[in-house]
Amino acid sequence: MTGWLDAVIQGILLGGLYALFAAGLSLIFGVMRLVNLAHGDLIVLAAFVILTLATWLGLDPFVAALLAIPIMFVVGFALQHVLLNRTLGRDLLPPLLVTFGLSIIIQNGLLQLFSADSERLRAGSIETASIALGGGIAAGVVPLLTLLSAIAVIVILNLVFYRTPLGRAFRATSDDLEIAQLMGIEVGRIYAVAMGLALVVVTVAALYLGMRANFDPTIGPARLLYAFEAVIIGGLGSFWGTLAGGIVLGLAQTIGARIDPEWQILAGHLAFLVVLVLRPRGLFPRAVD
Amino acid sequence: MANQPATTFRIARAGPASLAAAALGALVLAILAALPAFAGRELIQNLIFVFDMLALAQCWNLLAGQAGLISVGQQAFVGLGGYLLFALTIMAGLDPLLAIPLAGGVCAALAFPAALIVFRLRGAYFAIGTWVVAEVCRLVLAQVKQLGGGTGTSLPPAVTSGVIGIEGIKTLFDVRTPAARDILSYWVALALMAASFALVYAIQRSRRGLALGAIRDSEAAAASLGVDIASVKLSVYVATAAMTGMIGALIYLQKARISPDAAFSVLDWTAYVIFIVVIGGIGTIEGPIVGTLVFTLMQHYLADFGAAYLILLGTLGILIMLFAPRGIWGFVVERYDFTLFPTRRRLFVEQRREGENRRIP
Amino acid sequence: MPEPLLEVHGLDAFYGDFQALFGVSMRVATGAIVAVIGANGAGKSTLLKSIAGLMDAQAEAIRFDGVAIGGGPAYRTVARGIALVPEGRRLFPSLTVEENLLIGGHGRKVAGPWSLERVYGLFPVLKQRRASAATTLSGGQQQMAAIGRALMSNPRLLLCDEISLGLAPIVIADIYASLAHIKAEGTSVILVEQDIVQAMKASDRVYCFQEGRLSLSGRPQDLTRDAIHRAYFGG
Repeated sequence: MTGWLDAVIQGILLGGLYALFAAGLSLIFGVMRLVNLAHGDLIVLAAFVILTLATWLGLDPFVAALLAIPIMFVVGFALQHVLLNRTLGRDLLPPLLVTFGLSIIIQNGLLQLFSADSERLRAGSIETASIALGGGIAAGVVPLLTLLSAIAVIVILNLVFYRTPLGRAFRATSDDLEIAQLMGIEVGRIYAVAMGLALVVVTVAALYLGMRANFDPTIGPARLLYAFEAVIIGGLGSFWGTLAGGIVLGLAQTIGARIDPEWQILAGHLAFLVVLVLRPRGLFPRAVD
Repeated sequence: MANQPATTFRIARAGPASLAAAALGALVLAILAALPAFAGRELIQNLIFVFDMLALAQCWNLLAGQAGLISVGQQAFVGLGGYLLFALTIMAGLDPLLAIPLAGGVCAALAFPAALIVFRLRGAYFAIGTWVVAEVCRLVLAQVKQLGGGTGTSLPPAVTSGVIGIEGIKTLFDVRTPAARDILSYWVALALMAASFALVYAIQRSRRGLALGAIRDSEAAAASLGVDIASVKLSVYVATAAMTGMIGALIYLQKARISPDAAFSVLDWTAYVIFIVVIGGIGTIEGPIVGTLVFTLMQHYLADFGAAYLILLGTLGILIMLFAPRGIWGFVVERYDFTLFPTRRRLFVEQRREGENRRIP
Repeated sequence: MPEPLLEVHGLDAFYGDFQALFGVSMRVATGAIVAVIGANGAGKSTLLKSIAGLMDAQAEAIRFDGVAIGGGPAYRTVARGIALVPEGRRLFPSLTVEENLLIGGHGRKVAGPWSLERVYGLFPVLKQRRASAATTLSGGQQQMAAIGRALMSNPRLLLCDEISLGLAPIVIADIYASLAHIKAEGTSVILVEQDIVQAMKASDRVYCFQEGRLSLSGRPQDLTRDAIHRAYFGG
């Protein structure tokens, strides 16, 4: 019994990581209907940026992540401004194929620079620290921080979207591109800011990805799939739905792993497929979309 | 109104260039079929790879370029086809030549439940959905211990050498068993490649093809004209699944060794294929031929550069998508208004009084 | 004659291969209400879209306050002092009424007669519904919100596209009454209308379009029914 309860708790905590993966994808889709196939590789890129800063400057990963955040914002802004804005339009093919090409470029660029070796963000004693929850169950401090960060990121994103002029411009642009321009919104810039913001969230995700487990340049696509599954399970258009979707995915994986360790990833994918068949609009679809 | 010239309309697809192309195609096919009599083993092996990639490209082209179904999960059917070949020959003892079409049939059957799931996703999300399905296939087959689990397995020599017809080829061409096996695979690859062209050509020229064109231009408009979009898309998805599965079966008959990671590789069976179609010219029958030629040359001369080569492929793909979205063939067509395999209907307006033919493209 | 606020000169407009406007010329004086009338497809909305920077055009074909502005970009239009009330309102559905008004001032923050409070003063019903989603408003209220949204940038030229379309006569009267207040603040207005009588009553000058060409222009009181009928329908 304890084993199952433990699986549930670990699953919820793991869901925090998946929600962080997914929040950036959800933001981008919400603002510009772009599905970024390089999203997972950008998470891995951010992890390597944090790693490099931490190694060069001898910093704690948390501090290195703080430094990485403005760098990744600029990367996102430039990527959108220079490349991705050119692909947007009625045709789906250009953005998909350009981000797919980008995924291959980032993966292989990282392979060239860092080799295929596994890396990890070393944070000292916090990595192994845990809080006893009684009954022989403990929650790791880093997994707990991951979930709390996911909640914080979603609260902040909701504030930005629903309480600031920037968020108003995001929603207006998403609603009606032509009229948004006539409000003085420079759509290309708004998109670039949105992508910059998404990569800030990606950097937070990368911090926890790198502290919780080993990473190497090839693991990006799998993170893209988890992020995508969390978004769809939760229902498009709501950040809280994305958190719920991440948790459902995390639960499916840890419970699957409890049955047979080899089934962890498969169980997550199957949970996604089941939700897709039974509730095609996700578990928590927004009323208006 | 009365003094307007009398006008007649003629709708035509074939021009002289296309008739010549049809004859040329048949001739090329005949020469390629007879090639093993003259060519060395290395050329034959290289051409098997070329035909496999060309056939895969043609299938993806049909999906994405014609039906607007942008899949990044076609490796699902390559891998399934490969694994079905292994299962049917090792476990059921079938002859590989029989197992290949059977693998195609099973892939078509499996495409229905897959479609049930991924067709719930729109546009770009469809793409990632197909990728998830491919991952599920990979993870499930990694659990099948009889086929080697996660590490994979090899075809026993008895299977690869005992294919019907090998003895005949050995005496006909006076070669040893391995070379005879290559020649057999070569013919199957040639047949599948030709069949993929025939499939695309047949679908494009059929009523469904017209429906596809309408869907590609505007899904809403097509629906309002009574085009059953779901059924048209489903039939394309299933047909390409069958074709892709047969190609996968052949690829792994030739490789004689399979593992989940290789068989369901998104790079080998989807990224390369997309690159071929994009660089050649999406939505045209001729594009994949050009793309495969370019890709094969690059693969031959640059593949040793590993990651740098892949960065180059990715960059080239992006540049083509941004600055020449219709690819190399699209550029040629635009420049010279030239087409080998006419699938577009063209309207010829003949004005009798002036006696001239004006073509409205 | 002083330089007009807006001068359109020899404006052509295209949708792909289809030409929608042929060498259109017109002027709008500061503080004037100009009506543009014509049948469906005459090019009225295309004219407004061109002035708003949503269509390709020669820069010199449209001069606003002495500056060549033809061809956009559209996001600069509002900063120049031009605001559009689009056909069909096109409020932002995921924004509340108040957010719709606020975003109207996104691209131009200048002191002027119009503020959130003044717009609520002009259309009190909007203040009551300020926190509602824009989609829950009635057609007339949506039209008021769309006009209010445009006013929030304190435009010098207000472009109104079919603001009476689909509304009850009593609501139309309210909307047109508000135009008088807007004019009183010194704002120029271009009014695209299918309702000729309404347009003639409200405007200082009328331009009539037919198949992408200007077919008639003049002061409302100088135009005969017959002339308008011919300019409108051809013949």
